Amino acid sequence: MEKKLRRAMMFMPGNNPAMLQNAGIYGADTVIFDLEDAVAISEKDAARQLVHNAIKTINYPCEVAIRINHILTPYGLDDLKVVLAAKPDLIRLPKAESPDEIKQVDEIISEAEQKYGFAAGSINMMAAIETAKGLRLAYEIATASPRMVALAIGGEDFIADLKTTRSKDGKELYVARSQLLLAARAAGIDAIDTVYSDINDEETFIAEVNMIKQLGFDGKSVINPRQVRIVKEIFTPSEKEIAHAERVITAYKAAIERNSGVINLDGKMIDTPMVLRAERVLAYAKSAKR
Amino acid sequence: MINAAGRIIPDQIAGLGKIRPYCGPFATTPEGRLTGPKIRLNMPRSEKLVKSIEQAIEAAGLKDGMTISFHHHFRNGDYILNQVVEAIAKKGIKGLTLAPSSLNDINDAIIPFIEEGVITAIETSGGRGKLGKLMTAGTLAKPTIIRSHGGRARAIEAGDLKIDVAFIGAPCCDSYGNINGIQGPSACGSMGYAMVDAAYADKVVAITDNLVPHPVYPISIPQTQVDFIVVLESIGNPKGIASGALRISKDPRELLIAEYATGVIEHSGYFKDGWSLQLGSGGASLAAAKFIKEKMLAQNITASFGVGGITAPFVDMLEQGLIKTIFDVQDFDIPSIESLRNNPNHLEMSASYYANPHNGGPIVNNLDVVILSATEVDVDFNVNVITDSNGVIMGASGGHSDTAAGANLAIVVAPLIRGRLPMVLDKVNTIVTPGETVDVIVTERGVAINPRRTDLIDRMKGTGLPVMSIEELQKMAYDLTGKPKPIAVTDEVVAAIEYRDGTIIDVVRKPV
Repeated sequence: MEKKLRRAMMFMPGNNPAMLQNAGIYGADTVIFDLEDAVAISEKDAARQLVHNAIKTINYPCEVAIRINHILTPYGLDDLKVVLAAKPDLIRLPKAESPDEIKQVDEIISEAEQKYGFAAGSINMMAAIETAKGLRLAYEIATASPRMVALAIGGEDFIADLKTTRSKDGKELYVARSQLLLAARAAGIDAIDTVYSDINDEETFIAEVNMIKQLGFDGKSVINPRQVRIVKEIFTPSEKEIAHAERVITAYKAAIERNSGVINLDGKMIDTPMVLRAERVLAYAKSAKR
Repeated sequence: MINAAGRIIPDQIAGLGKIRPYCGPFATTPEGRLTGPKIRLNMPRSEKLVKSIEQAIEAAGLKDGMTISFHHHFRNGDYILNQVVEAIAKKGIKGLTLAPSSLNDINDAIIPFIEEGVITAIETSGGRGKLGKLMTAGTLAKPTIIRSHGGRARAIEAGDLKIDVAFIGAPCCDSYGNINGIQGPSACGSMGYAMVDAAYADKVVAITDNLVPHPVYPISIPQTQVDFIVVLESIGNPKGIASGALRISKDPRELLIAEYATGVIEHSGYFKDGWSLQLGSGGASLAAAKFIKEKMLAQNITASFGVGGITAPFVDMLEQGLIKTIFDVQDFDIPSIESLRNNPNHLEMSASYYANPHNGGPIVNNLDVVILSATEVDVDFNVNVITDSNGVIMGASGGHSDTAAGANLAIVVAPLIRGRLPMVLDKVNTIVTPGETVDVIVTERGVAINPRRTDLIDRMKGTGLPVMSIEELQKMAYDLTGKPKPIAVTDEVVAAIEYRDGTIIDVVRKPV
């Protein structure tokens, strides 16, 4: 199966009908309907109903995720009760701090899958690490359920937890981003970077996306359709990279056919990491074409 | 009868007489000769300056039943039309036909004078606000005639619209009647629409708040066409005439539409060095400037000329050398007015030069690409920019049908869904621009190419653009909104939509 790309995961407030209606048109790999921070307490119940109906009614051309409220708040369990019936692709748990939370949500999802006749394991999960405490257990959280497909870092809360402020180059998040990435990689799931909230500062945003791509992140949470375009452009390989990757794969396939152990391209030896990297480049290129 | 656009229109319309039906965009061959104003004599050392609007009305010989004209370059900052109509009312003159190049919200102030019978007919580009509602309600003695900018120039030159007295707001006027629009506190930039009125009206009254010694330079409207001059303290509100620089939209949906439209242009075959373009002044149409500029820079392409309604993003492209010449019939913001004043490659043109189909060839004939907005489109690619979803007049024809007919590639941009309403219908409520002149419809969810343009259909293959049939596009909208019921209308015709060649393409009937 082709690997699902999650370059741009776009948040949409779950209580805004016009935004829900148009959420799918901007090319985000994942839309995340937010029931948490974007929705006032007085609107929580309306938002979860709206999101439920949007998913049932509209055929979104991308992965559909829902950020629920934490299950220890008075809203999280009700969120799950309402929205799981619509069969979202992915549930995003905020402020994850322990594997037990993941297991608890996993069980609730399993019950819902059974109740509504969905295939077992068809609804995925991801968790956002937003505290130092959560980061210490990032690997355990990432591996707490086979449903887990991604870890994200929730930067604003994390920075508050660190007792600092956000700088333009994001140096204060450097260690946290790296640790989160290591945990995700060790668990074999995606690593997603935090949002950048000044949508008019494109320059800093572009620098940040380039930086997290270089760190190894699979994608970024975004809050505006205009950011989707930028993230996808940066994550799309150049023609030169694509051409090289195609040649690596061709040489690799030819070597396999020949039963040759040594693969050579332009006098350089090709090893497994190079092939994996080439496959990754081509997967991104293919997705960008669509 | 049914015209070539498939619309049922009456053979005769009360107040307008026998109707010439629309037969196709270029099916009507004009006959006869151009009309002209009355020959006049103005003696040496004569005085054109009169003391007031009232005196000018008297001097011009305005009488019951005549036709008066205005130009709409002052947009929502226009003080002239309302003041002149009020002065006419005070004189007890009745039964006039009002023929401005367009009307703005500010002109709602004349409604009492329509109700009193001072004005009994309107011929213009469209109507908004309360005036639009009034036209739709059938309050006027005759149905309103809606003309495109090119169609109005044609009608004036052909004598279909005979202007008895033209009142021209003059941002700068010298003591013998030479006028330009680029100097003075009420500068509006191009005088393009007024040029036709000045050349063909029997009497021309210039109204200015900036009287300068003779001779002024440059001259947009010459002294040879001006009979009287009135000086007022102020002829317009600069804030309403032109905004600060119009900015590119930040609405992601409009930007997405603009991006798709730019993609269509890029792959259309017309996007090459020396091409020409016109962009609208709003929303997605203006936003396309951002993406077109990026593509032109990246591919090292320049345009030979740009046309319009001019805005700051267009002027930026002129100043960066991406567009070599601008032809300007109207200005929307201060940078455009400044550019017309200062940049020798920014040229003023008349509405006839812009878009009149019955002259030696308007500039729209040379256009490669135009991007136009729409209120509604239909599966036959017809476009409505006049009536809203309740059948009420709320827009203007402008240069829509002119540029669509002239350009090699006419792209119409519109959101697929507005609020809860689908914008691709089975039949638009009112046809302003016939589908056979529209090549591509671009929405945020898909791009539909007119099946007549098999060349474009081929060119868009493999471009990654979300190309689909117009029926698929419509289905996408209907799946979300349901199919709207047609508007219930009476038999009463309240407006006739005249195509640019003088035939009737559609009528607006009074809603129930």
